[in-house]
Amino acid sequence: MLAFLAVLATIAAWWLSQQGLAAKPWLEEGVPVGPRAPRRISTEPAKLGLGLFLAVAGALFVLLISGYFMRKGLPDWRPLPMPPLLFVTTGVLAASSLLLRLARRSAERGAREETQLALTAGAATAIVFVAGQMAAWRQMLEGGFGIAGNPSNTFFYLLTGVHALHVLGGLAALAWTFAKMRESDDLASTRSPIGLCALYWDFLLVVWLVLLAILTGFADGLGEICGRLLS
Amino acid sequence: MVDVTARTIETAVPPAEVPDVELYHPKSWLTTWVFSQDAKIIAIQYSMTALTIGLVALVASWLIRLQLAFPNTFSFMDAATYYQAVTVHGMIMVIYLLTAVFLGGFGNYLIPLMIGARDMVFPYVNMLSYWIYLAAVLVLVASFFAPGGPTGAGWTLYPPQAILEGTPGYSAGIILMLASLILFIIGFTMGGLNYVVTVLQGRTRGMTLMRMPLTVWGIFTATVIALLAFPALFVGAVMMLLDRALGTSFFMPAIIQAGEHLKYNGGSPILFQHLFWFFGHPEVYIVALPAFGMVSDLISTHARKNIFGYRMMVWAIISIAVLSFVVWAHHMYVSGMYPAFGFFFATTTLIIAVPTALKVYNWVLTLWRGDIHLTVPMLFAIAFIVTFVNGGLTGLFLGNVVVDVPLSDTMFVVAHFHMVMGVAPILVVFGAIYHWYPKITGRMLNEVMGQVHFWITFLGAYAIFFPMHYLGLLGVPRRYFEIGQTSFVPPSAETLNIFITVVALVVGIAQLVFVFNLFWSLKKGRESGPNPWRATSLEWQTPETPPGHGNWGKELPVVYRWAYDYSVPGAEQDFIPQNEPPSALNGARAAGH
Amino acid sequence: MAVAVVLVLVALGSVVFHMLSPWWWTPIASNWGFIDNTILITFWITGAVFVAVVLFTAYCIYTFRHREGLRADYEPENQKLETWLGLGTALGVAAMLTPGLVVWYQFVTVPEGAAEIEVVGQQWSWAYRFPGPDGKLGTTDVRYIGPDNPLGLNPSDPNGSDDVIVDGGDLHLPRGGPIKVLLRSTDVLHDFYVPEFRAKMDMIPGTVTYFWLTPTRDGTFDILCAEYCGVGHANMRGTVVVEDAAKQKAWLSQQKSFAELSARGRTAAR
Repeated sequence: MLAFLAVLATIAAWWLSQQGLAAKPWLEEGVPVGPRAPRRISTEPAKLGLGLFLAVAGALFVLLISGYFMRKGLPDWRPLPMPPLLFVTTGVLAASSLLLRLARRSAERGAREETQLALTAGAATAIVFVAGQMAAWRQMLEGGFGIAGNPSNTFFYLLTGVHALHVLGGLAALAWTFAKMRESDDLASTRSPIGLCALYWDFLLVVWLVLLAILTGFADGLGEICGRLLS
Repeated sequence: MVDVTARTIETAVPPAEVPDVELYHPKSWLTTWVFSQDAKIIAIQYSMTALTIGLVALVASWLIRLQLAFPNTFSFMDAATYYQAVTVHGMIMVIYLLTAVFLGGFGNYLIPLMIGARDMVFPYVNMLSYWIYLAAVLVLVASFFAPGGPTGAGWTLYPPQAILEGTPGYSAGIILMLASLILFIIGFTMGGLNYVVTVLQGRTRGMTLMRMPLTVWGIFTATVIALLAFPALFVGAVMMLLDRALGTSFFMPAIIQAGEHLKYNGGSPILFQHLFWFFGHPEVYIVALPAFGMVSDLISTHARKNIFGYRMMVWAIISIAVLSFVVWAHHMYVSGMYPAFGFFFATTTLIIAVPTALKVYNWVLTLWRGDIHLTVPMLFAIAFIVTFVNGGLTGLFLGNVVVDVPLSDTMFVVAHFHMVMGVAPILVVFGAIYHWYPKITGRMLNEVMGQVHFWITFLGAYAIFFPMHYLGLLGVPRRYFEIGQTSFVPPSAETLNIFITVVALVVGIAQLVFVFNLFWSLKKGRESGPNPWRATSLEWQTPETPPGHGNWGKELPVVYRWAYDYSVPGAEQDFIPQNEPPSALNGARAAGH
Repeated sequence: MAVAVVLVLVALGSVVFHMLSPWWWTPIASNWGFIDNTILITFWITGAVFVAVVLFTAYCIYTFRHREGLRADYEPENQKLETWLGLGTALGVAAMLTPGLVVWYQFVTVPEGAAEIEVVGQQWSWAYRFPGPDGKLGTTDVRYIGPDNPLGLNPSDPNGSDDVIVDGGDLHLPRGGPIKVLLRSTDVLHDFYVPEFRAKMDMIPGTVTYFWLTPTRDGTFDILCAEYCGVGHANMRGTVVVEDAAKQKAWLSQQKSFAELSARGRTAAR
C-alpha cells in the first residue's frame, strides 16, 4: 500500500512542482502569461476524473491485496487450486480490452459501423468474461471450496467478485455510451466516452492480471519480499 | 530581493478561457430545489442533512453524560443503551456530520465560487453523491429501529467483539452500520472526484494554485486524502460484513464464547485495526485541514491583514497530508502489534507536530499588527486557536509512544480528541456559518444571539473537556458504563463528573439558540449586501447575492491577484478584491515593497 | 476586549487548575517511574507553549483591536522568523521524543530472567497462570478449552501439568523481581490494566502479547479492562496483591495445579 501511495505521491509532487509553489503570490499582479505561467492540465475533465477514479479503485485493490498477504502469513492458510477456466476468461477479457481499443481507433477515424461492431463485440466479450467468472465460482463451490471454508477461498471469491463488480460498472458506462451514440448522428461527440471506456478496460485487464498472478501463487515471492520489508 | 521585472502585468485580457460547464437547466420546482444539480443547493442539502443527524448525536452525548454523572438513576439507561449511545455519537459526529459538512457542505458551496467556476465539473455525479449520502444516513437511522437496536461496538468497530454476542446490536445493527458506511464511501467518492477535478480544471483565468484562498487548499487536500483513505475503511467494512454474514474468518480467530466453540478460525483482529486506522488517522486530517483553511480566511478577513506566511501555510497543508498516511499505528501502541513499530510511528507522529505548530504561529502572527474586528466569526476563529492548541499539545502526550501506555484508553484520550477534532473543528463550522451565511441568504445572522451562542459554546466546551484530561490521568478508563467502587478513584471525581454533565447540557441547549438564529435571520436578519465583511476572495464578488445559478452572470471573473490583499499600503480601501485589475497605485505598492 | 481578558483567564485558569487539581495519577507501584517522568517533561514543555500562545493571542487582540483610523500592517511573510519558530518547535519536539523513545526501548526489552506469568481474559473475568516448579508454562490452544480446562492447556505437554491455575481468585505478585506478563484472550479484545503499574497491553485472541514490570510497592490494586469488550466491559474487574516474595510463594503453594484440576474434573465426571 505504501508503495502504491509513493507512486501517487511522486505524480502529485511532479505536478505540484510545475505549479510554482514557491511563487510569492503577493508580488504578482495581473494574469500570468508566457513561459512563467503555471502549466494547466490539458486533458479534458472527464478523463482526469476517470484517472482519479482509477487511482481510488487502484488503492482499493492494493489494500485488498495487502490484506491478502497479511492474512496469508497466518498458519491456517491452505492454498487453493485454481480452476483452469480462469485462464480462458483471462483471454476473453484481453480480447474485450483489445476490441475496445479497436473501437476507439475506429471512432477516431470516424468509421461508425466499425465502431458499433467493435463496441458490441467488446461488451459481449466482457459479459462472457463475467459469466465465465461465475462459472468458475460454481466449479469452486461444487469442488467443495465454500466461501467460509478457508481464508484462501474467501479471498478468491472476494477478489474476483470485486473485480467482476468493476466490470459490471464498466458495462453500465458502456451501455450509456452506446445509447448516446445511437441517438446522435455525430460520432465525434461519443469519441471521448469511447476512449474513456477503452482506458477503463485496460485498467480492468491489468488489475485482473495482477489478481491472477497473486491467486495462482505466481506472485508469492513478491509478497514474501514485501512481508520481509515490513517486519 | 524582489524580482520586479519578472512580474507579469497585463491589463487587457479576454474574460475567460475556461470552457463553460455545460449547465443543466432546471425545468421544474422539483429539479430546482430537490433533484438539483447546482452545487450550492447540494451544499445546503448536505449541510442540513448533516446538522439534522448531528442533533441525534447531540442527544446521544446527553445520554452518555447523564449516565456518567448519575449512574443508577435513570431507568432508561442500561449498559446496552449506553454503549449504543457511545457508538452512535462517535460515528455520526466523525463521519456523517464533520466529514459531510466540511467536504459535502462547504466544499460544494465554496469551491466553485472561490475559484471562479460556474459549477462543479460533473454536476450530475454531484447530485448522485448527495442522494447516496442521504441513503447512507437513512440506513443508519434504520438501524436504530432494527431488532436489537443499533450496534454498540464503539465507533472503531473492533472485531471480534463487534460481530459477536455480548455486544449490543450484534445481529442487525452492525450489518446496517457497515452497509451504511459502504454507501457513504461510494457517495463520498463521487463527490470527492468532483471537488478535485473542479479545483484542477475549473479555475478561472488568472487563478493560479498559489492564488487560491487557503479554504480551497484545505478542502482540496483533505479530499485527496479522503479519496485514498476511505478505500481502507471500505475494505475493512466489506471483510467484516463477510465475517458477520457468511462466517468467513478475515478478522476472526478461533474463539470460545460462553463455553461454546465458534466456527471461526485463524483470523487476525489486528488486520482490521491496521485497515481501520489507515483510514482513521487521515480521517482526522480530513476534518482538520478544511478547518485550518477556513480559519485562515476568517482570521485574515476580520483582522484586515494578509494571512502571514501564505507559502508556509500551503506547504504545511501538503506536508501534513503526506505525513498523515504514515502515522496510523500510533493508535495501536498498546494493541500488541510488533513493538519496534512504536519507534517509527512515534517519530513520524511527533514530526507532524512541526508543520501543525507553524500553522498555529502563522494564525497568531496574522493577528499581530492587524486591525482586529471582533465579529462573531472572528470570535469563533480565536476560540478555535485556543482549543486547537490545547488539543494539539495533548496529542504530543499520546503520540509519544511510551507516554501513551498509561494514558491510552482512558478519559485523557477522550478529552484529547474531543478538544482537537470535536470542539475545534465545530467552532470553525460555526464561525464559517456566521461568516458565509450572508452570501448564502443575503442576510446577516443576528449578532446578539451569535454572541450568546459563542460564549456559552466556547467556555462551556473548554470547561467540559479540559478537566476531563485529569480524570484520565487518574486512570479512569473510557467506555465505562459506570466506574463503581474502586480503590483509586476519589469521590471528588464524581463531583467533577456531575459538573461536566451540567455544563454539557447547557452547551447543548445553547445550540438551540443557534438553530433558532439560522431560521429567524432568514426572514428577519439585517440585509447584508454583496460583501458585508469587505473581503477579497471571489465568492464575495458575485453579481448577485445569493449567487444565482451559474454563479457569475454572463462572464467569468478574471483574477489579478492573490486572495489576501488587505490593507495594502497606498491603496484607497483596506481590501482589493481578487478580480480588480491592477492600477498604477497598486502597482506602485508592490514595486516599492 | 472581553475576549482578551477571557483568554488570559483561560490560560491562567488552566495552570491554576493543574496546580490545584486533586485528580492526579495514582501513587506508582512499579518500576515505570520513567514513564511518569516523561509525562512531566511533556507537561512542562506543552504547558509553557500553551500559556505563551494564548497570552500572546490575548495581547494581540487587546493591542490591535479595531479603532477608528487603525490600519493593519502589510507583511506577507518573514522567512527568518518562521524558520526560527520551526527550529524551536523541532527542538521542543525532540526534547519530548528522545526520552520517550529511550523509555520505550526499556519497555519493549524484557530483562533476562524475568519470571513469566500469564493473564487470560474472557468476557468478563480474569484468570491467571503461574509456571509451577519447572519454571515453564505449557503450550495452549483455544481448541482444548473445556469444562475442566478453562484456559485451554495442552494436555499432552509435560510442561503444563504443574502449571498453577488461578481462576476466579485474586492475583498475587512478588515485590522486587521483574515479571513478564503474557497476555491471552479466548474471545474478544481485552486489556490488562492496573493504573498503579502504568504499563498495560491489549490481549488479542489468537496471539500472545506481553509487557513487563517490576512491582515495587506492597498493596492491593484494582485490575480493570481497558479495551472495550462488550456490554460487560465495565464489570470486568479483578484484584492484584503485591507482597514480599515469601508471602507470595506461600500463597502460590495453596493454589491448584493443572494436573490436580483435571484429576478433580475426571473424578467429578466419574
